[in-house]
Amino acid sequence: MVDAVIKIENAVVVYRDSVALNGVSLKVDPGEFVGIIGPNGAGKTTLLTIVNGFTRLAGGQAWVLGQTVNGHNRHELRKQVGYVAQVENTDPRVPVNVREVVMMGRYGRLGLFHRPGASDRTVVDEALEMVGMSHLANRPIGQLSGGEQQRVGIARCLAQEPRIFLLDEPTASLDWKARADILELVKRIHDLRYLTTLFVTHDLDALPHTCDRVVLMKNGHIIGDGAPDKLINTETLSRLYDLPVPVVEERRPHIHRTGDVHRRDG
Amino acid sequence: MDFSIFGYQFMQNAILAAFLAGIVCSAIGVFVVLLHMPFIGVAMSHAAFAGALLGLWLDFNPLLGALIFSLAAASVIGPLADRGALSPETSLGVVFSLMLGLAFLFIGIIPSTRSAALDLLWGSILTVSRGDIVLLAIVAVVVIGMVVIFFKEIQATIFSRSVAMAVGLPATVILYAVLFLTGVTVTVTLRSIGGLLIFSLILNPAAAAYQLTYSMKIMFLLAAVFGVVSGWVGLIVSYLFDLPSGATIVLTSSVIFLLAVLFSPKRRVKQWENKAINGETAR
Repeated sequence: MVDAVIKIENAVVVYRDSVALNGVSLKVDPGEFVGIIGPNGAGKTTLLTIVNGFTRLAGGQAWVLGQTVNGHNRHELRKQVGYVAQVENTDPRVPVNVREVVMMGRYGRLGLFHRPGASDRTVVDEALEMVGMSHLANRPIGQLSGGEQQRVGIARCLAQEPRIFLLDEPTASLDWKARADILELVKRIHDLRYLTTLFVTHDLDALPHTCDRVVLMKNGHIIGDGAPDKLINTETLSRLYDLPVPVVEERRPHIHRTGDVHRRDG
Repeated sequence: MDFSIFGYQFMQNAILAAFLAGIVCSAIGVFVVLLHMPFIGVAMSHAAFAGALLGLWLDFNPLLGALIFSLAAASVIGPLADRGALSPETSLGVVFSLMLGLAFLFIGIIPSTRSAALDLLWGSILTVSRGDIVLLAIVAVVVIGMVVIFFKEIQATIFSRSVAMAVGLPATVILYAVLFLTGVTVTVTLRSIGGLLIFSLILNPAAAAYQLTYSMKIMFLLAAVFGVVSGWVGLIVSYLFDLPSGATIVLTSSVIFLLAVLFSPKRRVKQWENKAINGETAR
């Protein structure tokens, strides 16, 4: 039996006086592509960031790549975990260019007192090539569009050569084309690099194409876990988002009540 | 024009002090500008000022008091900003007003030291001692050394703390180190530049450099050049027109900033601020 890459048991996370996660357990095997969906405030990002130690547990335990996540090893663990968050507004005048941002992915692995060398530059060039950003390598990062900045963020993760890939709504605030491009890129990288990927998204249409498995979250609990084709249907969405079934049907006409997902691209 | 004044020891000390303070303050300024925390300088300098006054009052080395107070301010500002309970600006504002209150309290309690207090507020670069210069040189070497040795960590942290943390860098330690370096810098420049004027020498050269380059390395270099030029030109103007040197140094740095804004290639990027988050970048 293969050991799980990520194992979270009875995780409890508390922010000041509110409980963000209430006894959540999750096991992710090597190579899985897991989508995490749910309404705002469900605890999706909290669950995701347990993996890279951004979120500390008030209860329960988490193991990542065979190690317990704690205050002592989280810097070391993060070197093996790529993390892409939502596009942030970057000051267009910030004195950092695209190549430098991607090189930052190497910094953790290089460690203190070591400067990037020729091999690091090769890794960065390859990452830029893979996300189609080579032609903008010397452009100040703040002067890129949202979709392009997200590609750079993905290239930074690639340069990190991680084993786990965490994506926190990477397509939020992007237009339809940019969203589709990023999803296609993420899937391609997942397959090419044999990564284990956790992907928080609101993009329900994308899930069946990209994910092997979907985790549904609501009010700090996991309320569903399974194959997207089986799980994403009108009933579960109605339960997940507290909407009456007819409203879900009206808003999502391409999902049939049988639970089948009608793939618009055929 | 008579430049024999430059043969005097006090003037040579002042030139050296302006050189070192210009370099070290502008390096700190790059952090302050890129972290979008311009009030760090003003909060720290007033903390150092209050600490120095406490030293004068209780009869111990004012520099030690300044160092303790500015490091205490750094250790309060960091966690306050970090936990997100308050915005960084708010926590800096609270620390600033507390320190200002303490400083005025100490001035009120110890009227005999009022002129010494004013010296600390305005600084007097023309009376710096060799000891002050040695101290400044040590701090300059430490600050520049840290920037050179930990450039990649500093670059990532001031670009985005979450990115730095995500790739496995100790971003919080780096941020605190920057805050502590700011405290030390403010302390050692208190006597020469003064608690009130130090803020300008930290902010203006770095803000000017920010207008002119898209490279962080060049920004550090340009800021250092502007800092030193501000000090030296300010000293010359002060001598030529018999004006207070602190004021002429700060005004020179302000003029450099205005010129940088005027000739900034980044004025064009205004359009980017309103850019839609979607869409392709113009090739």
